[in-house]
Amino acid sequence: MNLSTNYLGIKLESPVVVSACTLSEDISNVLRMEDAGAGAVVMFSLFEEQIRQDAARYDAISQSTNNLFAEASDFFPSMDDYHVGPYEYLEKIRQAKARTSLPIIGSLNGITNEGWIEYAKLIEEAGADALEVNIFFIPADIHSTGEDVERRYIDIVKAIRKSVRIPIAVKLSPYFSAIGNMARRLYEEGANGLVLFNRFYQPDFDIQQLKVLPNLQYSEASEIRLPLLWLAILHGRVPVSLAATSGVNSEIEVIKYLLAGADVAMTASTLYRNGIDYITVMNHGIRNWMKAKGFESIQAFKGAMSQQNISDPTAYERANYIKILESKR
Amino acid sequence: MASNEKLIATIDGNEAAAYVAYRVNEVCAIYPITPSSTMAELADEWAAKGTKNIWGHVPDVMEMQSEGGAAGTVHGALQTGSLTTTFTASQGLMLMLPNMYKIAGELTPAVFHVAARSLAAQGLSIFGDHQDVMAARTTGFAMLSSASVQEAHDMALIAQAATMRSRIPFIHFFDGFRTSHEVSKIELIPEDVMRSMIPDDLLFAHRSRALNPDNPFIRGTAQNPDVYFQGRETVNNFYTATPGIVHGVMQEFAQHTGRKYELYEYYGAADADRVMIIMGSGGETAAETAAALNATGEKTGVLLIRLYRPFDMDYFIKALPVTVQSIAVLDRTKEPGASGEPLFQDVLASLVQAFQQGMLAQLPRLIGGRYGLSSKEWTPAMVKAVFDELKKVKPKNHFTIGINDDVSHTSLSYDPSYTLDESGWRQALFFGLGADGTVGANKNSIKIIGENTPMYGQGYFVYDSKKSGARTVSHLRFGKNPIKAPYLVSQADFIACHQFNFTEKVEMLSFAKPGAIFLINSPFSKDEVWNNLPGNVQQTIIDKQIKVYVIDATTVARENGMGTRINTIMQTCFFALAEVLPKEEAIAEIKHAIEKTYSKKGRAIVEKNFQAVDATLDHLHQVTIPATATAATASLQSVSSNAPEFVKSVIGPMLAGHGDELPVSAISIDGTWPSATTQYEKRNISDLVPIWEPDLCIQCGNCSFVCPHSVIRAKFYHEEYLAKAPEGFKSAPINARGFPETKYTLEVYLEDCTGCTLCVDACPASDPNDRSKKAINMADKAPILETEKASIEYFENIPWNDRSRINFSTVHGAQFLEPLFEFSGACAGCGETPYLKLLTQLFGDRLLVANATGCSSIYGGNLPTTPWAKNKDGQGPAWSNSLFEDNAEFGLGMRITADKQFEMAETMLRELAPTVGEDLANSIIDAPQEMESEVVAQRARVKELKSILRTKEDSLSRQLLSVADQLVKRSVWLVGGDGWAYDIGYGGLDHVLASGRNVNVIVLDTEVYSNTGGQSSKSTPTAATAKFAAAGKQVGKKDLAMQAISYGNVYVARVAFGANPQQALLAMREAAAYDGPSLILAYSHCIAHGYDLKDGLNQQTKAVHSGYWPLLRYNPMLRRKKLNPFVLDSQRPTMGMKDYAYNELRYKVLVNSNPEQAERLMNLAQEFVNLRWKNYEEMATKSASDFMPIA
Repeated sequence: MNLSTNYLGIKLESPVVVSACTLSEDISNVLRMEDAGAGAVVMFSLFEEQIRQDAARYDAISQSTNNLFAEASDFFPSMDDYHVGPYEYLEKIRQAKARTSLPIIGSLNGITNEGWIEYAKLIEEAGADALEVNIFFIPADIHSTGEDVERRYIDIVKAIRKSVRIPIAVKLSPYFSAIGNMARRLYEEGANGLVLFNRFYQPDFDIQQLKVLPNLQYSEASEIRLPLLWLAILHGRVPVSLAATSGVNSEIEVIKYLLAGADVAMTASTLYRNGIDYITVMNHGIRNWMKAKGFESIQAFKGAMSQQNISDPTAYERANYIKILESKR
Repeated sequence: MASNEKLIATIDGNEAAAYVAYRVNEVCAIYPITPSSTMAELADEWAAKGTKNIWGHVPDVMEMQSEGGAAGTVHGALQTGSLTTTFTASQGLMLMLPNMYKIAGELTPAVFHVAARSLAAQGLSIFGDHQDVMAARTTGFAMLSSASVQEAHDMALIAQAATMRSRIPFIHFFDGFRTSHEVSKIELIPEDVMRSMIPDDLLFAHRSRALNPDNPFIRGTAQNPDVYFQGRETVNNFYTATPGIVHGVMQEFAQHTGRKYELYEYYGAADADRVMIIMGSGGETAAETAAALNATGEKTGVLLIRLYRPFDMDYFIKALPVTVQSIAVLDRTKEPGASGEPLFQDVLASLVQAFQQGMLAQLPRLIGGRYGLSSKEWTPAMVKAVFDELKKVKPKNHFTIGINDDVSHTSLSYDPSYTLDESGWRQALFFGLGADGTVGANKNSIKIIGENTPMYGQGYFVYDSKKSGARTVSHLRFGKNPIKAPYLVSQADFIACHQFNFTEKVEMLSFAKPGAIFLINSPFSKDEVWNNLPGNVQQTIIDKQIKVYVIDATTVARENGMGTRINTIMQTCFFALAEVLPKEEAIAEIKHAIEKTYSKKGRAIVEKNFQAVDATLDHLHQVTIPATATAATASLQSVSSNAPEFVKSVIGPMLAGHGDELPVSAISIDGTWPSATTQYEKRNISDLVPIWEPDLCIQCGNCSFVCPHSVIRAKFYHEEYLAKAPEGFKSAPINARGFPETKYTLEVYLEDCTGCTLCVDACPASDPNDRSKKAINMADKAPILETEKASIEYFENIPWNDRSRINFSTVHGAQFLEPLFEFSGACAGCGETPYLKLLTQLFGDRLLVANATGCSSIYGGNLPTTPWAKNKDGQGPAWSNSLFEDNAEFGLGMRITADKQFEMAETMLRELAPTVGEDLANSIIDAPQEMESEVVAQRARVKELKSILRTKEDSLSRQLLSVADQLVKRSVWLVGGDGWAYDIGYGGLDHVLASGRNVNVIVLDTEVYSNTGGQSSKSTPTAATAKFAAAGKQVGKKDLAMQAISYGNVYVARVAFGANPQQALLAMREAAAYDGPSLILAYSHCIAHGYDLKDGLNQQTKAVHSGYWPLLRYNPMLRRKKLNPFVLDSQRPTMGMKDYAYNELRYKVLVNSNPEQAERLMNLAQEFVNLRWKNYEEMATKSASDFMPIA
């Protein structure tokens, strides 16, 4: 039984990929992910503003404590070696590459054009096999238009494409007016893959304290519907790798995503819930299902339920919606 | 690198010396002490970076626990064949003396580099003179003096080359601060020159003399009367040969570098009739002045002493012009009771011997004098006064110069207006704050000019002695030739005022040349600023035709993302106005420097600075100066009008910057200084201050408890007091039961506040309708200042609450106790001072404090003002600082006196009972003094006893009267930092704890040497970086608590006031109550930890919650009661060490510089935390019999 798949031009031994999450901050976890049979690991995200804040903080502290009094011209060892930058992150990429044979995908969450370019290059230099571009942008400014948002995505991809040779996957927002068109344009600007979808920050309220609660919930299996729809629509239409993320709690969601046309399914929540070793269970489950269904390889059923491949392509369109509504009567 | 290429650097004297010392040694054993610390820090940094010495090896740099330890390590390394050096000053050199005799006695080549500094006598001083090196002149070390930054560099090599040839160890010294901290443009010695000056054969010879089991011998024997004396004389020929060797090395050096030096170098007229003999940086001033005098037809000369030991008569006499009639010897030291200062005596002896031997035809007239102690200025005017004195028939001998000695009348008068021709220099003065980056920017400017143009630059920086709101004055000179002027700028072409309020507080324009430029950072526009300047400033501007420019740098900084940092903006203005360089070139160089400094810190910071530079010139405007002054003259009042006479007449001038003008008679004869003087200073250093909201306040006392400067005070009082209260006086009904008609007021002493915001952070109460509003909030001071000043004055007149009515056991109760430690100069948000304040609130009226040298002795006892205060009855802490290393022993001495005199008083009282009354005597003798009410009662009884004794004439009564105060039991506290307790004073502390005597030790644990700039101590935790631990501390922090607990009879507590104030309070009270030794380890957040101290309380909480700083108390009294004496006051850790540590730059820095190492060390640190917690938890569950019994 062959679970191998191809994502971003890289051969993966399993379609189960660990998505960007804090588990990969600890290299021993990455080793366990390999042992458990992950196809690849998207490393935790590098946030440009964190680096900027670190730099500003370091600068403020060293400035405010230098030459304060006659006896102490400063308070820290010379900072010549102190590089404020993504060095800790890059070191983790290096370690992950050196200590595993897994494909390692860097994840970058930038805020400025220079940041995207500079850090993308550094991640490439550190040995990452690919780069996942995590454009986390909430257009809270009511004057920004959909066009502005789209241009922002396009500009970022364009800039990064010029700076690195490794494959780029773009983690997409589900809120574009025309996701299909967006996907095509991103491909045209050099994206090699799309990750559907980014789970945006959705704060909750504490009604006693009247405070905003900035917590993030683990994803639920019910969340797979939206990505499933778009994967099924995009599969075969845009020549990019497709990754599914959100709601992958077990092998069932992985299989559904593969059927829709994803090359890989990414998960983190289930690993937090069930432990990293749960990847083994998922791979085992996929194998059992494939055996039961008589599929020898992922390729044999990938995209089988995509819009392109099913007998009733309208199942993914408006007509189908009407059908559902009618069934509820 | 080829030796004919010139290497230019703009560096200070410390770096100049260390640059060589590091490269020509294999081992450096170090310990920080001002002003030499930088040398050791640089050596450590270079070693950490892998910089190699001239033989291609990275020297081994080892921080020791004291200078005594460093000297021992130097000795051992030398004896086993390493080329070894150390860097020190002052008391550090004193601790090295015993080993120096050994090293010299064994003819061991080595150089000790010393930034010469005053010794602690009537008071400590960190500043420069020759008292320390003069105290080492008998050790057998040769002594080579440097007079400038260039010489500090050159002589470092000459000393090393000479010691290798002569086998005599050398002290190479230069003037602390004046040379060690002066930034100057110098030529560096190429490494190939160093290598050729120290031939390998000399190195091999040194190694061949080393202890070696393959060629065993013993050295360091004990010798008897039969041979010791002869042994001591064996070395004479080596000393005789040394001057010739040094002379030869200097000649060889000149061949390599073109820089010629003599052992005794003469400057001036070949036919001089008057000669000044001097050593150190003062020689440059003297030589330049002599040249100026000679240009007017006088015949003067200066003999600069470089080789002071061995003092060579032949070279010395040959250097003197034969025409000399009279000589003045200037000593930068004092040897009380001697027939003259040391250099004077050497010169005298040499002249007499030369005369006797026929080398001199006649004996010149000789006088000696003292100058420049503790970095006192030594100016051309003073030099001229000495030469003028030599013209007299009977010149004054043993004179002083630079002070007004109206007691023993030693001082020479001088005309301060005399200056040299300074037209070849551009001179600038910058008045700023320590925190505003002025000094850093100026250091940068000198580098820009020094390293990018053929011009020479000089920078010297003067600080006041506060740690918060410290003022700085930067003195900069630029010129086409090397600048030989080691004295302050007094005639400036450019003066910058970086803080507008200085225009009212500091005399700046008295230093302005006519036509000078005055740049002001002003919130007022070019049209408004004139009317906001005091009249006297306006008049000086008009009289001197000063050109005034303004910029609102604060706004420009804020608008360009620079926060409150105005330094880059003001630096740009300087370059734009001062015309040291063409403007465009200067701006380009500033940007180049920004790029160099910040490129590794991120592009964003570079761009931000560029933006600020570009925005600056658009906001810089010249002010049109009216013909007449329009404003009233500001009164430069430095102390409040209600201050006592001494404060007004002595402290006031010191605060106003006129301390140099005070005569000898104004200063106490024995170092005694009045307590409680910070209250008159009113520094007003923060524009933002806390405002109390009575309606929201729950009166918990937290804000008052955490305030580091005792600015927040609370009283409760009968409501009738409100009848006469001024408008705006705030109060609230007290929220405790049993106090009818009682009001509560929390008063904020706004003028003394440093704006740290800890109080706001500590406040648990907030407005239910607006959670961001607490019961105490920061707000602008200006609109409320006058109202609040009236309130404070009224509050002062409400009596402090009766101590016997206050519940001492709660934080809530403690707020009503008068603090007797107030308004210190400690950093804003200091983590140490809340403990000291609490100490004085609890025991202040009977408190004796022995304070180890360090931050706490500086903010606690650095003149001009003193924060240790007195209550209305005149009682308060009696405080003293002895040294750094001896504080435990010093405090024990205090305890022994207290105990002995208590015992004596008690014995005499028993004898005198029939006279003074049996009841009174017995009640005093039998009085328990544990509860506050009992102490109050005893104090009343002793007062009565003393009034009876005063009526008696008999000897015993008079004897008892002299010690009767001791009948109120004294609380003896030993205060110091971790540098003292963990390192230099550890042996003494251990002994004192083991003594069983009733001393209380509080260690203000900042986990580094905070006062000298954050060097690692044995308290520095694993994974943190610090100076001397740049690669992260590898070993664990010493568990001093467990060490003390092992004695069984020591009360031990680990506390953190920010995490659990109640526990800290309890521990202090238990420690004081325990009749035996106590040790409190007090977590003290510090700027050396690298985060904004407004978060200090949160960090303390995290330190506790992570298990890094487990709160505990070990109480031997529980053991005596057969209970477990080990009480763990912390809950199990709820967060990882990382979650605590990585909020601090000291940990975080390693993550960025060496992530792998950071991870490894952090894991190790976590393991330590886990293990210690496990052990503590086990101990907390044991039974009493598992612990040491007590007698």
